[in-house]
Amino acid sequence: MRHGILIAALLLSLSAGASKIEVYEFESAEQERAYKALTTELRCLVCQNQDIADSNAELAQDMRRKVHSMLREGKDKKEIADFMVQRYGDFVLYKPPFDARTAVLWIGPFVFFILAVWLMLRSIRKAGERDRNVRIDSEQVQQAHHLLDDKPDNGNKR
Amino acid sequence: MSKKAIIPLLLFVALSGLFLYVLVQMNKGEYNPRDIPTEFIGRAAPEFTLPSLFDPNQQVSSSAFEGNPWLLNVWGTWCPECWREHEYLLTLRQRGIPIVGIDWRDDREEAKAMLARLGNPFVAVGFDPDSELAIDYGVYGAPETFLIDADGIIRAKHAGAMNETVWREKFASHFDKG
Repeated sequence: MRHGILIAALLLSLSAGASKIEVYEFESAEQERAYKALTTELRCLVCQNQDIADSNAELAQDMRRKVHSMLREGKDKKEIADFMVQRYGDFVLYKPPFDARTAVLWIGPFVFFILAVWLMLRSIRKAGERDRNVRIDSEQVQQAHHLLDDKPDNGNKR
Repeated sequence: MSKKAIIPLLLFVALSGLFLYVLVQMNKGEYNPRDIPTEFIGRAAPEFTLPSLFDPNQQVSSSAFEGNPWLLNVWGTWCPECWREHEYLLTLRQRGIPIVGIDWRDDREEAKAMLARLGNPFVAVGFDPDSELAIDYGVYGAPETFLIDADGIIRAKHAGAMNETVWREKFASHFDKG
């Protein structure tokens, strides 16, 4: 008897857990693909660093449902993305469009990279020139020979 | 020390200054990095029809408020800022500002209890458990308040609790009588 109650309680808790899983039906594989693509391209506005496919936030759940119902209405990916952008701005897209306002963001890293490579090459070249342009007089050459050759236990004789 | 060696130090000081400035702005509430720039100002407010909070058989519809400027306030009993701004909404009501409330993702009974306890600043309250209106208005948190003018155009939006300062800065000019 006691076991019966336990099992019933377990089953109940299981079904409570299961009800949290969203099941969406699609009319075609293509629609499902569009759903998967959209929910990973749209940002959750509450957690901001998750896409709405990943997020458990309530707003994300509702946005998923909205995406699904719009797909069922026959809207295509672009229409749904535009719908969200109209309401939440470019921010809702993980990949913002390339336009005049976002050009700096898109091109900036490459500009910095080229600049860094140029600076690096320049400083390497300068260092090389500095080494080549060292002038020493004969006395210093002598001194160098002494240091190199006249070590008492220098075994290398070439 | 050569002059060149100072450059990194100057860059560091400049960056620190920038960070300090942003932090101060954040603390003053002038800048919120989580704010999402709204695309909505100047556009026609989406029409809506939602069941009333008080009576599921009655509808709250945007068309009923056309012709005069009005406020749309999205709130929920789960939202602490909404409790905080409630008293100010009551003040606005006293000044004759029509506020339509949208009870978002909430428990019907709890919402009714809150209004019964604190007073009801709204001329009508729509019930939106599935974010129908919320998504349509690009709402991402509560409270959010929209100002819709006599022609049905959104003129202002505020994310966060309403207060006198916000009212004077963003809203008051659209209600010349207020």
